[in-house]
Amino acid sequence: METLNQLAHGFSVAFTPVNLMWCLLGTTLGTAIGVLPGLGPALTIALLLPITYQVAPEASFILFAGIYYGAMYGGSTTSILLNTPGESATIVTALEGNRMARSGRGGAALATSAIGSFVAGTIGTLGVAFLAPIVVKFALAFGPAEYFSLMVLAFITVSAVLGSSSVRGLTSLFAGFVIGMIGVDLQTGQPRFTFGMGELLDGVDVIIVAVGLFAVGETLYMASRRYAGKDEIVPLKGSLYMTAAEWGRSWKAWLRGAAIGFPIGAMPAGGAEIPTFLSYAIEKKLSKHKEEFGTVGAIEGVAGPEAANNASAAGVLVPMLTLGLPTSATAAIMLSAFQSYGINPGPLLLTTQANLVWGLIASLFIANVILVILNLPLIGLWVRLLKIPAPQLYAGILVFATVGTYGISQSPIDLVILYLLGAAGFLMRRFDFPTAPVIIGMILGPLAETQFRRAMTISNGDWSVFYTHKLSLTLLVLAFIGLAGPHIWAFIEHRRRRGPEHVPGDA
Amino acid sequence: MLNRRKFLTSTAAAGAAGFAALHFTSAFAQDAPQIQIFVPAAPGGGWDQTARTIDQVLRSEKLISGSQITNVGGAGGTVGLPQFVNQWNGKGNSLMVAGMVMVGAIIANKSANNLTEVTPIARLTGEFEALVVPAASPFKTAADFVAALKADPTKVPVAGGSAGGSDHILFGLIAKTAGVPATNLSYVPFAGGGEALSALLGNQVAAGISGYGEFAEQVKAGALRLLAISADKRQDGIDAPTLKEAGIDVELFNWRGVFAPPGVSDADKAAMVTLIETMAKSEAWATECKNRNWTQILLTGDDYARFLTEDTARITAILKDLGLA
Repeated sequence: METLNQLAHGFSVAFTPVNLMWCLLGTTLGTAIGVLPGLGPALTIALLLPITYQVAPEASFILFAGIYYGAMYGGSTTSILLNTPGESATIVTALEGNRMARSGRGGAALATSAIGSFVAGTIGTLGVAFLAPIVVKFALAFGPAEYFSLMVLAFITVSAVLGSSSVRGLTSLFAGFVIGMIGVDLQTGQPRFTFGMGELLDGVDVIIVAVGLFAVGETLYMASRRYAGKDEIVPLKGSLYMTAAEWGRSWKAWLRGAAIGFPIGAMPAGGAEIPTFLSYAIEKKLSKHKEEFGTVGAIEGVAGPEAANNASAAGVLVPMLTLGLPTSATAAIMLSAFQSYGINPGPLLLTTQANLVWGLIASLFIANVILVILNLPLIGLWVRLLKIPAPQLYAGILVFATVGTYGISQSPIDLVILYLLGAAGFLMRRFDFPTAPVIIGMILGPLAETQFRRAMTISNGDWSVFYTHKLSLTLLVLAFIGLAGPHIWAFIEHRRRRGPEHVPGDA
Repeated sequence: MLNRRKFLTSTAAAGAAGFAALHFTSAFAQDAPQIQIFVPAAPGGGWDQTARTIDQVLRSEKLISGSQITNVGGAGGTVGLPQFVNQWNGKGNSLMVAGMVMVGAIIANKSANNLTEVTPIARLTGEFEALVVPAASPFKTAADFVAALKADPTKVPVAGGSAGGSDHILFGLIAKTAGVPATNLSYVPFAGGGEALSALLGNQVAAGISGYGEFAEQVKAGALRLLAISADKRQDGIDAPTLKEAGIDVELFNWRGVFAPPGVSDADKAAMVTLIETMAKSEAWATECKNRNWTQILLTGDDYARFLTEDTARITAILKDLGLA
């Protein structure tokens, strides 16, 4: 009851005309920067930090929260239409979303991602308002051993996206590990695979890899196949928005995505990418339309990951608002904004700054509504992009990818890397190697490595931590079931069906 | 409201415009000069905040008419440093923000350039570090911690920032003073303050070392116990001894300061020192420092240069012990 009162009070803070204006400004700006690859919410908020000298704390946090949520919406647009992910959390969206766009269902893909984001964002924000203290306790129980086991589970689950040939899929995955290892090793401070180049010490940004492999690689491939007359893009087939059947396939995926995204987002080392991988894998497993995955594009494969990334965006706010723990780059910068007001975010934030926190939570609800209103009418406009003739469209994508990459750190080296990866992406496409596992390997590989080494440092080299910690053991058992379960099941089925005519001693 | 120039500079820095067509030359300046600030780190971090606060205070005190901030991030500042040394050479109206982290990064990354090539202007602020343990820890004092470390350093995992950073350096210094070999330490590096904090709150590690500001709120809330701070003297409002008082002869500030490029004239250097000194003694600067938990440790010109030499020697020695240099 008390929570409801405080929330109502929060709405009274957020519903002033000035704060609504900030919210609208933030969401619009957020959508715009989400669309641009390279310019993410963390960088945008960092550049807007000086605003804290001029406006009231409530107003600037409402603006920042709008940008944060808006970027999550906007990031999916370019993933779907142009195969150019704007944010690392929308890389998975490109897998099915872009297939759908090519087969004339781009409108539906955009709609399911906008509405899914709204649904999951709202569920996530409700979670922040009502479940934060419980979720944060669960999240803190995750130590390095538990994270490593979670990564094992993630590896097993995402094997679903490896493609038809597991050798090719694994090759791509390992290529991703190598790229992910480039840079200074966090544990020892030693550079790895940097070849003496200072620019490589911080590693390669995952967005550059995604844009290079997906967008540039695709463009080169299209250019090489220009006169073969294949891979025609159909701008629009059927209704612009979702059909009844597509609604039916989307809503469960939204809920599942939200259920995966929120708790993982709340974990200090969870992030927004892992839940999108997990959601994609689960949707692919559960879908009745498996043949659509990777061919014409399955709507579940867009709906689930999009919901997961928005719910995880809300999840990130849980440790930030309850404990003052920044668990993503954006949250860290929002915390430094708190400090420039002389507010020290910590466990007492909810009690000492109730106005601010509940105003922020209320404005998240409002931002969600504004975003869905803002994005749905834009779909008709976005889809028209696909009517641009292929040569011009792909030239545009190339410009967009180049400018966006340069925007990440203004480094010419990044552009060289982008085009090298583009060439690699082209060759992979040509010889039928899947590109998605590269990204997955690049994100999960270093995380798994870091957590494993941390767990071993803390336990002083004792392996038992992975199975004596209950949570860790549970995750490993789940991973084992995921790996062996289908085979055991198939074996039992096989035995049962063949049972009667295959009695022992019969042969 | 956001003023137009600020917004444009922001967009240019972000590269959204793709080119920085924003050189406000001195022709536009009235009485106060224009300055350029070079930040060898991405927007949002400590150096960037220092730069933006300097800009804010200098303008509000009417000491400058405006400034342009350039960010070149990466590898603890060692990506930006060569650029500042080579391309900004002789520009008398420019400053670079850097700090102790860069000294460590130069050594660890074996950077071709170092801070002896630039012109020291002033050391401005510092953050002292804190040694904390989870509330449930058996360690009640810093002496308990050191005793356990002496007994078996491998059984005392300590969380902190990246390997070779200020937290790791302080841990190395504490161990060295206590006579524990640095190579036996069990140091668990975390990428951001948040992750290290959650490892402490979740009782995953025995102790944590980081800037005091990172832990302050958790200490106030009773979730963490503060054993000691690395400041030179006791701090108002902080109920913990310094490391020295606790019998560990170590003092460490994660300092931040400003440098002019190489090759500036003596007149330009003197003018810059005066400008920064005036700013650092202003009311507005004091307020900003207080809000951000920055301790003012002003040191200018030659004194700063001397300090820099000493600090570099100390950091080099400890990084060697830790096996990082």
